[in-house]
Amino acid sequence: MEQILLDFDLRVMAPELVIVSAAALLSIIDLLLKESRSRKVIGWFGLAAVVLAGVFVAMAFGHEPYQILADTYRIDSFSLMFKAILLAGTAGVFLFSLASGKEEWKSREGEYYYLLLTALLGAMVMVSSADLITLFVGLELLSLSSYILVGIRKERGEANEAAWKYVVLGGVSSAFILYGMSFAYGLAGSTNLFEISRRFAEGMGGSGHLFIYLSLFLMMVGFGFKVAFVPFHMWAPDVYQGASTPIAAFLAIVSKTAAFAFIIRVLLVAYSPLMSDASWMEVVSWMLMIVAALSMILGNTIALRQTNAKRLMAYSSIAQAGYLVVPFATIGLVPFDLFPSMLFYLVAYLFMTFGAFVVIEFVTKDRGHGGISAFAGLSRRSPWLAAAMTLFLISLAGLPLTAGFFGKFYLITSTLFNNQEWLAAVMILTTIVSYYYYFGIVRQMYFLPPYSDQKVPVPWLATIAILLGVGGTIGLGLFPEPLLTFIGELDWTSVLSIASSGAPQ
Amino acid sequence: MTQWLNALPTLITFAPLIGLAVLLFLPQDKTRAHRMVGIAGTLPSLVLALVMFGRFDPLKQGLQWAQSIPWFDIPLGLINRQAPATKLVFNYSMGVDGLSMPLVVLTCLVATLAAIASVYVKQRTKAYYTLLLLLLVGMNGVFLSANFFLFFIFFEVTLVAAFFLIGIWGFLGREKAANHFLLYNGLGSGFLLFAMIGLLLLSGSLDYATIQQQAGGLVKQVHLLEPQQVSLVWLIFISLIVAFAIKLPMFPFHSWMLRVHVEAPTPVVMIHSGVLLKMGAYGLIRFGVGFFPGLMDRAATVLAVLGLVNILYGAILAFVETELKRVLAYSSVSHMGIILFGLVAMNEAGLKGAVFQSVSHGLISALLFFIVGSLYERTKTTELNELGGLAKPMPILSGLLLFGGMALLGLPGLSGFISEFMAFLGLFQERPVVAAVGALGLVLASAYTLRACLKTTFGPLKERFSDMADVKGWEVGSLFTLVFLIVVIGVYPAVLAYPMEQTLEVILAGIGG
Repeated sequence: MEQILLDFDLRVMAPELVIVSAAALLSIIDLLLKESRSRKVIGWFGLAAVVLAGVFVAMAFGHEPYQILADTYRIDSFSLMFKAILLAGTAGVFLFSLASGKEEWKSREGEYYYLLLTALLGAMVMVSSADLITLFVGLELLSLSSYILVGIRKERGEANEAAWKYVVLGGVSSAFILYGMSFAYGLAGSTNLFEISRRFAEGMGGSGHLFIYLSLFLMMVGFGFKVAFVPFHMWAPDVYQGASTPIAAFLAIVSKTAAFAFIIRVLLVAYSPLMSDASWMEVVSWMLMIVAALSMILGNTIALRQTNAKRLMAYSSIAQAGYLVVPFATIGLVPFDLFPSMLFYLVAYLFMTFGAFVVIEFVTKDRGHGGISAFAGLSRRSPWLAAAMTLFLISLAGLPLTAGFFGKFYLITSTLFNNQEWLAAVMILTTIVSYYYYFGIVRQMYFLPPYSDQKVPVPWLATIAILLGVGGTIGLGLFPEPLLTFIGELDWTSVLSIASSGAPQ
Repeated sequence: MTQWLNALPTLITFAPLIGLAVLLFLPQDKTRAHRMVGIAGTLPSLVLALVMFGRFDPLKQGLQWAQSIPWFDIPLGLINRQAPATKLVFNYSMGVDGLSMPLVVLTCLVATLAAIASVYVKQRTKAYYTLLLLLLVGMNGVFLSANFFLFFIFFEVTLVAAFFLIGIWGFLGREKAANHFLLYNGLGSGFLLFAMIGLLLLSGSLDYATIQQQAGGLVKQVHLLEPQQVSLVWLIFISLIVAFAIKLPMFPFHSWMLRVHVEAPTPVVMIHSGVLLKMGAYGLIRFGVGFFPGLMDRAATVLAVLGLVNILYGAILAFVETELKRVLAYSSVSHMGIILFGLVAMNEAGLKGAVFQSVSHGLISALLFFIVGSLYERTKTTELNELGGLAKPMPILSGLLLFGGMALLGLPGLSGFISEFMAFLGLFQERPVVAAVGALGLVLASAYTLRACLKTTFGPLKERFSDMADVKGWEVGSLFTLVFLIVVIGVYPAVLAYPMEQTLEVILAGIGG
């Protein structure tokens, strides 16, 4: 039966609809508001929209998997869980942006907020689509919005440089992804991932075999740029340093999560026939494992030499990307292994990275430069702030009683369960290397004399943001049970199911 | 009442948090109040530990006051398709047996005395005592947990707390020492983590009892296992040994410990040398001998030789060093070698000797570093060549130093003698040659201890030390507590030996006699 647009229950798209209408509305409000008026209200409105979308997502959990518009929009455990992370991360970034004043580019503040929303929208499309076209549209929406956001402080040289590098390399990565997609389409004659999967299954072993792998590798290269794993990581330090801190946090958390969701969906659905192939283990799995190991090794060792706090966080995020690739590299025959450990780590990563970025923003702003020496003597100036930062760093370093420890423990456990002892060993050893630079900041805060006696000024909104980070980091470290159970009970096989298109029950 | 007692291990572990919470609400500049709260904060644990000691039933096998509450679990259905119903269970399990009980009492005692000795810490006292109490939580947790995961967490808590204590309040080279400490011990924790996950893989739960059952069973039938599993078991075992060898420290891994001994503030060294190093010994006995008796037996020769290196190398360098703290640091290396000797003997006398040596050396080094701290506060130097003749202005302190030296070199009637005697007795039964060579270390111990003591207290008195005041009342009180215990263990070793008999019997049964 031919279906037309109105046959579908569009209410299921409520989260996206909320975000898109908020973005549109806010862009108009921005035009109508007087030049002199503060744009804070736009930020608050945007935050409210994100929260509302979050409520809709929360309500959608537990239903049967459901799709509309020929799989271009799917609701399953996968999309909902990732969407929840994206929304939480973006809400945090909104809070963070509202807290840090923006005197130098006040006139563009409205723009900043609705671009955040469009970037979020792109990310949300990326996690909930099973069609190459929509996936790519989502990716581009996210990328284009982020390019502008990175360069929005256009008076600054470093922001321009960052935006320029990001545009060029981002464009290249999009090109790779698109090129890979074109091969997939050329082989399968469809952009629907399920259809592609079916055709690939037929075509395995035939003459198209090599092209299937080629399409996968091209997409992997593009994906590598987006999540910044080695050897496609070079842009990250410059962009993180040049972008404003909330945007750096956005890139590290939201953009990366969306990219992971994108590639997992593509790989699990479209390329599932390859996984039963022997060459999968020999080629793809090994390639990913090596990439993961290299990211961990290079990210952590280069971070040792960094003196700029945000560059340090960038290298740390490269290393974290390595840890996150691990479950994905070891999937092998039981593909759903990867979700619980990876998602737990993503959630943990969200809290600790976010918290660390908020603290970095206010400390470096107070000192006037972004070096880690800005942290000197912080424990004597603002003991609670220093304690919070220590917690985030300890969590990033993977020491106990924090979310980061448990996340890493879980990742390493699954790696060992998958019989990859050497990779687990690399994970552990690089973690120990990372102690050195994370504790480098701790050293600054606790061992060195302060440069002034003044408390570091932290607005109340930022205090809330930091407390959220602290709460999440300690909460998940002490009581991982609720999240573990929640993730464990979701039906991950629904990613593969060809869902009904009837109204959700 | 019984209900209340059941939680005894938990109470002992977390009691310092009361003091810690009070400290957090005190203003920054109230140094005296910080001190009082800091010392008082260690007392509840000490009192409870003594209650535990008193009520410990030496005739019972296994854990006492065992408590196990489900903490969280990881659903395994996704990881292992063969057994979809199972999951990895993590329990909050605490308990105490004959092996951990003496160490807990030692920990609480040394912590209280270290808090008292910290009177000489004058800067940032609030943070100092906060961290000291946190360290105490970690140490008690290490000995009282009955779950490897929990053990690991507490182990790391001690690592972080000690890192700050060394790095902020230490001497000139403190930052470097703190870094060394962190990286070496971080490496150790890495190995430990690997071993832990490996054990999880083998036994599905990290409660000691389960591991003992599962892993013990596996290892006994090594010949029945697939080659891959055999290599995994060996990997786990070696990781465990390396992890605790770093902590103990065993010969090639000892450089961090020297730095810490020299650079850390002396009360922290009391804890470090008195308790933290013993975590290595405890781990080797509990996990090495306890879980993998078969493998331990095969590795025994290597470990015995390394122990020998520890003893001789430490002793020789202690004899050459010209700085009091370094002498004591090397003597610790040497004494840890004796613990290894006791361990690898794998018989009753040897294991008893290892535990005895842990407790005894904990007391003696706490005593000696307390003295060094008091000494440094007055002389501002610990270079042996600059000291001398201190017996005249400070007869009590010098006397106590001599007493500590005697205990260290193993004078009969003091705790050092009985523990070294048992450790060597154990090893002589198994490996007489190694033990005989190792006995040379005892001779050297007399030489370096006497040299250090004499250089400090005898000889010509330096002009500037002539009007030095002797120790104060509170110092004498603390020091004599330690002296008393050293004598008690030396004269009546059953006070320590009796409670641990049943536990050692279980371990020995695992070894298979």
